[in-house]
Amino acid sequence: MSLHKVKVFTRFERFWHWTQALLIFTLLFSGAGIHGYHQLMNFESMVWTHVIAAIALIILWIFAIFWHLTTGNWRHYLPTTDGLFAVARYYAYGIFQGEEHPYRKRYWHKHNPLQAASYLALKTLLFPLLWFTGLAYLSYGFWSQGPLTSDALYWVAVVHTGAAFAMAVFIVIHIYLLTTGHSFREHVRPMLTGYDEVDLTEAEEAYLRQDEPGRILD
Amino acid sequence: MCPRSLYARLAFVLAAGMLSGGIQAASESLPAIHADASGGGVELGIKEYTEVTRHRPVDKSVTRLGKKESSKSTTDHSKLKELQGPFHSGPEVTEACLKCHNKAGDQFIRNKHWTWSFHNPKTGQQLGKRYLVNNFCTNAAGNEGMCAQCHAGFGLKDSRTYDFSNQKNIDCLVCHDSTGTYYKLPPTRGNKACAVLFEGKPAIDWTRVAQSVALPGRNNCGACHFYGGGGDNVKHGDLSSALFKPSRDVDVHMGEDGENFACVICHVGEGHQWAGSRYAPIAKDTQGKAKPGLPRQTATCESCHGDQPHGDLGLMGIKLNDHTDRVACPTCHVPSFARGGVATKVEWDWRTAGRTRNGVGYREEGYVQGNGESRHTYKSIKGSFKYAENVVPEYRWFNGTEIYTTVHTKFDPSKPVEINHLEGSGDDPGSRIWPFKRMVTYQPYDKGNNTLVYMHLWGDDKDAFWGNYDFARAIAHGMKDFDLPYSGEYGFVKTYSYWPILHMVAPKEEALACRECHAREGRLKNLAGMYMPGRDHNVWVDRIGLLAVVLTLLGVLGHGALRILLARRRKAS
Repeated sequence: MSLHKVKVFTRFERFWHWTQALLIFTLLFSGAGIHGYHQLMNFESMVWTHVIAAIALIILWIFAIFWHLTTGNWRHYLPTTDGLFAVARYYAYGIFQGEEHPYRKRYWHKHNPLQAASYLALKTLLFPLLWFTGLAYLSYGFWSQGPLTSDALYWVAVVHTGAAFAMAVFIVIHIYLLTTGHSFREHVRPMLTGYDEVDLTEAEEAYLRQDEPGRILD
Repeated sequence: MCPRSLYARLAFVLAAGMLSGGIQAASESLPAIHADASGGGVELGIKEYTEVTRHRPVDKSVTRLGKKESSKSTTDHSKLKELQGPFHSGPEVTEACLKCHNKAGDQFIRNKHWTWSFHNPKTGQQLGKRYLVNNFCTNAAGNEGMCAQCHAGFGLKDSRTYDFSNQKNIDCLVCHDSTGTYYKLPPTRGNKACAVLFEGKPAIDWTRVAQSVALPGRNNCGACHFYGGGGDNVKHGDLSSALFKPSRDVDVHMGEDGENFACVICHVGEGHQWAGSRYAPIAKDTQGKAKPGLPRQTATCESCHGDQPHGDLGLMGIKLNDHTDRVACPTCHVPSFARGGVATKVEWDWRTAGRTRNGVGYREEGYVQGNGESRHTYKSIKGSFKYAENVVPEYRWFNGTEIYTTVHTKFDPSKPVEINHLEGSGDDPGSRIWPFKRMVTYQPYDKGNNTLVYMHLWGDDKDAFWGNYDFARAIAHGMKDFDLPYSGEYGFVKTYSYWPILHMVAPKEEALACRECHAREGRLKNLAGMYMPGRDHNVWVDRIGLLAVVLTLLGVLGHGALRILLARRRKAS
């Protein structure tokens, strides 16, 4: 095993990540406005912004799901307990002692176990919760002809808002964790350039040098 | 004075005299007091009523769709030999009309303008002006001698004895006169104090008005309907003299610089039956536009605009169309009522009525409305009033069913009594959110039986409230006239009545912005039975959610601070 600068985030992944980030901030901002937390824009513009951003995000995710399945990248998000404790111990204790982060990115595990588990939860629970309640909210006009309308819309709204708060919590933690490595800049850079330090097996290194020389820098 | 009304007056005085056990009423009758120009001062009748059917600025409104302002009629009535007259009275003219329009009489005597009666099949209630008690002048029953000034017939002095099958008494002209010179007076003269109503009226040129008939313009309908409740815009709030010649920002449909519609464009009628009932309104029209070329005989917004009317606004239009199943059009499109400079009465307190100065009634002016005219805030004959203009409506769920408190209904006087209770709720798919004017009144009721009362207001006798100012006698007389039980003791009860607001539709650019309702403190703040984005929230989801975000922020800040602190300490050591 040896450390190499390897392209871990393809152009699509980086595009997906940053577009998604932008859309989520837009959704949080406009959603908070619709919910009544601020009046920085008029209501119709906020609804409009929210709907457009939501549809854009869902389209983006249709591509992302296709990408995950066809490229096999879903494997990065397989949950594992291997090394999970070490990472948890690091954030709770080691980090204060100036220890090195215990996890080295591997070719098929570019996220540490804690990160992989939380992204998996995000993708399989929180995002779908937001989309489905959001779509139900948006399509209210099509199913509102029943006697249970008001109650149903209430629950849709409650779950949607609750999930939005969870999203905000995720973002706070996500951004904070960028500061935990060597530096904030070093943590953000891979998502800009695509390259990061990865612990490669000899076979993986040989494969990259042979078949994808552009993905390995040193 | 014409012989007919002299006879009528004599008959009335005699009848009243017999009722009161003598004929002293007759000897008190005629000395007329003259009106003062200021509008304040002594009570000289009901100044507001002098405008009813009299103030009629002739409009050139569109009375038929698809044609220019005046329809190209195939008949010039002024050339008809049947209308050469000379005519000397209303019934003579009517007789001439009915000779050619030989089905009009039979059609007309079936409609509410004539019968003053409506039996609501849904609630089984007997409604109509002949029976109801409202919270303005209260009851027309027994006061027809005054109120029937706005009956579309001649000589309705007592609805118990009036011949409602006599077509000769139909008043064709009040609706069809296009000269603006025709007017109606109260059928009887009432107390001497009311003489001003009958003074200084030019004679009607019956032949001329008979020859000038046309489809009703706004001035015809408005002559009565703009003055409901006893004066300009008193009752409805969205029907005032401002609509005789409005600009489109007051009413986009009737605006002379807009569509310039006459009332009958929406209140379509065939065979003298008109669409648009206030007793049994259509609160949710799911039928929408008729197929092309097939007009619908309803007055709903949807019958012209459809139930998905925002289509030209693209995706935003889809969202707005989402609202139409739960929100009535005027809720957004009539941002406020009593616009255009004419105020509406919003509060009426009968408790103060009957005060006199030197034995005569008086009135006070205390409100100057937008168009500069002043309105009375106190009148001995009616009590105290409050006015309002550009009023934000009250919003209620409404499914089209109204339950009336009639003179027979028992109620609990400790709570405000709803004259017309609006049915509907958020759970009811047939209900929509509608705007209303709420009229608040303190009015007499039977303290012993807990019912509303009929008051004898108008008449040349010692019981009529207008002139004698005695509630006890006026109520006893009013109840006795209709054989209604009366305990003999009256009090005052607070009442509400609700008037749907759907005229004075503003141009679309002045429709409500979303935030007017989608806000915590918005117009629909108090409307229960639905979840509305921007207004509603689950307190605990919000609290826990915000707390989670704040705690997470504090957590990472603490975590970060500890890292920096310990890193410094390590460096130092």
